[in-house]
Amino acid sequence: MKRISIQTADFDPGAELALLEASGVGGVASFTGVVRSEGGVTAMTLEHYPGMTEKALNALADAAIARWPLAGATIIHRVGTLYPGDRIVLVATASAHRAAALESCAFLIDRLKTDAPFWKKEQRGEDAAWVEARAGDDKAAGRWQ
Amino acid sequence: MSVRLLYFARIRERIGIDGEVCEPPCDVITVADLLDWLCDRGPQYQNAFADRAKVRCALDQEMVPLSALIAATTEIALFPPVTGG
Repeated sequence: MKRISIQTADFDPGAELALLEASGVGGVASFTGVVRSEGGVTAMTLEHYPGMTEKALNALADAAIARWPLAGATIIHRVGTLYPGDRIVLVATASAHRAAALESCAFLIDRLKTDAPFWKKEQRGEDAAWVEARAGDDKAAGRWQ
Repeated sequence: MSVRLLYFARIRERIGIDGEVCEPPCDVITVADLLDWLCDRGPQYQNAFADRAKVRCALDQEMVPLSALIAATTEIALFPPVTGG
């Protein structure tokens, strides 16, 4: 079961994990990304490339399903304006094996950060600045080659 | 050959539009050639593409290096390194 969603609305992590639990395989791993409250950020705007984003996330989920024995993979990413404490992204995987669930979950979030066309702009009061990509993200994604 | 160009994030802001249709001359072979050609069109393009290390490209929605050939492409997106997640 593959579930991909790009949406402005919030999502319910508990409900999403329950869908994966219902696969009956025994193990679910997840990562939730949240807008940081530190550093004076007052708002964040997420831009994406409609069309390519869906393709990129589907390709990532397919790659995870091909590499690990998964019963399900979920990727939900929000776009638009978000505020500190708001959820941004959820990746979750279900497998009979905990290593497969945990590793595939790490793979999905690491590769999402380098392969999916999203851009964050942070607002600090009156000032707005695009978030710079970090070399550490390329390194994290590279370990899954 | 006419292609649809799409611009995102900082590159979109610096050029001032989110996309355009154009017809690059036949000596524009790679994405890097396309950037050179666009830069000749004005300071907003030069500003957007000044730091080539921070320009990424997708040809028909597939990420490619700037050395990629653009032949037979209908949609070319130019954007900074991605920062989702």
